[in-house]
Amino acid sequence: MTQSPTLSRRSSSSASPLPRKSRQRGADARAGYTFLLPWLLGFIALTVGPMISSLYLSFTNYNLFEPPKWIGLDNYTTLFQDERFLQSVGVTVSYVVFGTPLKLAAALAVAMLLNSKRRGQGFYRSAFYAPSLIGASVSIAIVWKAMFGDAGPVDQGLSFFGINLGGWVGNPAMTMPMFILLTVWQFGAPMVIFLAGLKQIPADLYEAASMDGAGPVRKFFNITWPMLSPVIFFNLLMETIHAFQIFASAYIISNGEGGPAGSTLFYTLYLYLRGFSDFRMGYASAMAWLLVIVVGIITLIFFRTSKSWVHYSGDAK
Amino acid sequence: MTSTATPTQTLPDAELAHYNPKSESAGTKRAKSTVFHLVALALTAVVLYPGLWMIASAFKPNAEIGGSNTSLWSNNFSFDNFVTAMDGIGGVSTLQFFTNSLILAIGAVVGTILSASVSAYAFARIKFPGRSIFFGMMIATLLLPFHVVIIPQYIVFQQLGLVDTYVPLLIGKFLAADAFFVFLMVQFMRNLPAELDEAARIDGAGHVRIFTSIMLPLMKPALISTSIFSFIWSWNDFLGPLLYLNTPDKYPLPLALRLFVDQTQSSDYGAMIAMSVLALLPVLIFFLVFQRYIVEGVSTQGLKG
Repeated sequence: MTQSPTLSRRSSSSASPLPRKSRQRGADARAGYTFLLPWLLGFIALTVGPMISSLYLSFTNYNLFEPPKWIGLDNYTTLFQDERFLQSVGVTVSYVVFGTPLKLAAALAVAMLLNSKRRGQGFYRSAFYAPSLIGASVSIAIVWKAMFGDAGPVDQGLSFFGINLGGWVGNPAMTMPMFILLTVWQFGAPMVIFLAGLKQIPADLYEAASMDGAGPVRKFFNITWPMLSPVIFFNLLMETIHAFQIFASAYIISNGEGGPAGSTLFYTLYLYLRGFSDFRMGYASAMAWLLVIVVGIITLIFFRTSKSWVHYSGDAK
Repeated sequence: MTSTATPTQTLPDAELAHYNPKSESAGTKRAKSTVFHLVALALTAVVLYPGLWMIASAFKPNAEIGGSNTSLWSNNFSFDNFVTAMDGIGGVSTLQFFTNSLILAIGAVVGTILSASVSAYAFARIKFPGRSIFFGMMIATLLLPFHVVIIPQYIVFQQLGLVDTYVPLLIGKFLAADAFFVFLMVQFMRNLPAELDEAARIDGAGHVRIFTSIMLPLMKPALISTSIFSFIWSWNDFLGPLLYLNTPDKYPLPLALRLFVDQTQSSDYGAMIAMSVLALLPVLIFFLVFQRYIVEGVSTQGLKG
């Protein structure tokens, strides 16, 4: 891919092109694999090997102390009768389905607000980005838990306005909104990416639309959305996959239990509890593989449907 | 919110034909600018509130944090919480946790820089059979939920007797397991002119020479972004240490915080929040110092925070 036309011209014009070329190719192959060695080793030892091994384990009963016992599809069939598992699926799905679009909508709205030549833009951009850097940390989970504690500052602040929600952390109905607020608060990372995308849209498109009498709504749907669609696609894919894997905040806020009433039992938390508290490694492996399959299917659907709404600038020309 | 987004929308129809952004009167311009700053500042206040609340609470006496305190101010600010927090937990001082976090983060940076740059050079600059297939697989690992590998990895490290050491936490960094950084560097290197290595090759330089004396110096921006992010990700990592470390004197800060939460059971709120602030301090300092690099890195490479 990086071979430039000048190189091929140069080598073919040399005295004995063929042997030199093939010798070069052999040397390149050796050098290529030598340089790739760290990644290749890691890929085999830390990704491919473990993936195959966990696929095998998912068909066994394994507690780390006795040898794995083959049980066929039992883990998978048990999963769908396991109420805690089904609950963890529900919790995670509602987090992904509500949290991700809200976060991206906030990111896009703020990016559009900031997309102008005004003073202070850099400051706002940095300020809004900051939560993305620390949002998944244990420290922020502790702060969130304290702020949203029953009768904590958020609750009190809202009751000042006459809103009484009955607490957040201890109220099963309010824990999900609390986690969604935590992810929406981290809108900065996708916002920065949106902002970079918005800057790529030529200003004369908007000027031409204005002259044709297009209002803000039409401009958004006819210019901003299609022009930004590759960036929207990227953000949507990455944020969705990311959202499935929330762990530290869920663990800290619920003391590693997923409570109250299982309302914060996120998929990864349940996987962790099964694997590393109950030492049901086979069962947890089955959960891990289901997650991979689901994420794989979602990625596939995203790419398939993207053809109908994602426009790459190359298409038009 | 969207209505304030594009300032050109509100132009009266009559003016559209002669539309020229510079022809707006100074008054409208100032009014729009004021609205923009009001909205942006209000948003800043909301976004920064949790952080400010955390810092303020760390200086407040316990009685003022819990319960109804939404205020960021107190007449009783003191360093008491930090003094308690520095004592640590489980017989281990907070300084020790800091050192542990630092060892892990520096190890992660060194490992990632070494392994990712070398691997990226192979992907970006050397032609060899199988390259595009491996590149595709590397991209696929970006999307792979890493929970699928943690159980077998744990089993292997346990059998090797490496649980409760830093090996499982660092080995992946030295084997370019964070595909994001490899990808970032490949993208960066592909944008460097190919003539550079061609010229060096004609002068008889091999790949090692080209890599060390041409590529590495030119890759500085990518190396800096990688260092910043791998430091912060390692510093904030919770699941890895939770899985592999058992003895408190090896804990990095996030695990120490969890221990603190478990053992004090929110009885000493102030110290808990002070410790949370201490744990975030390096990240915040990093952010203030490298702000440009971080935000630019995200906007050009799509790096996740």
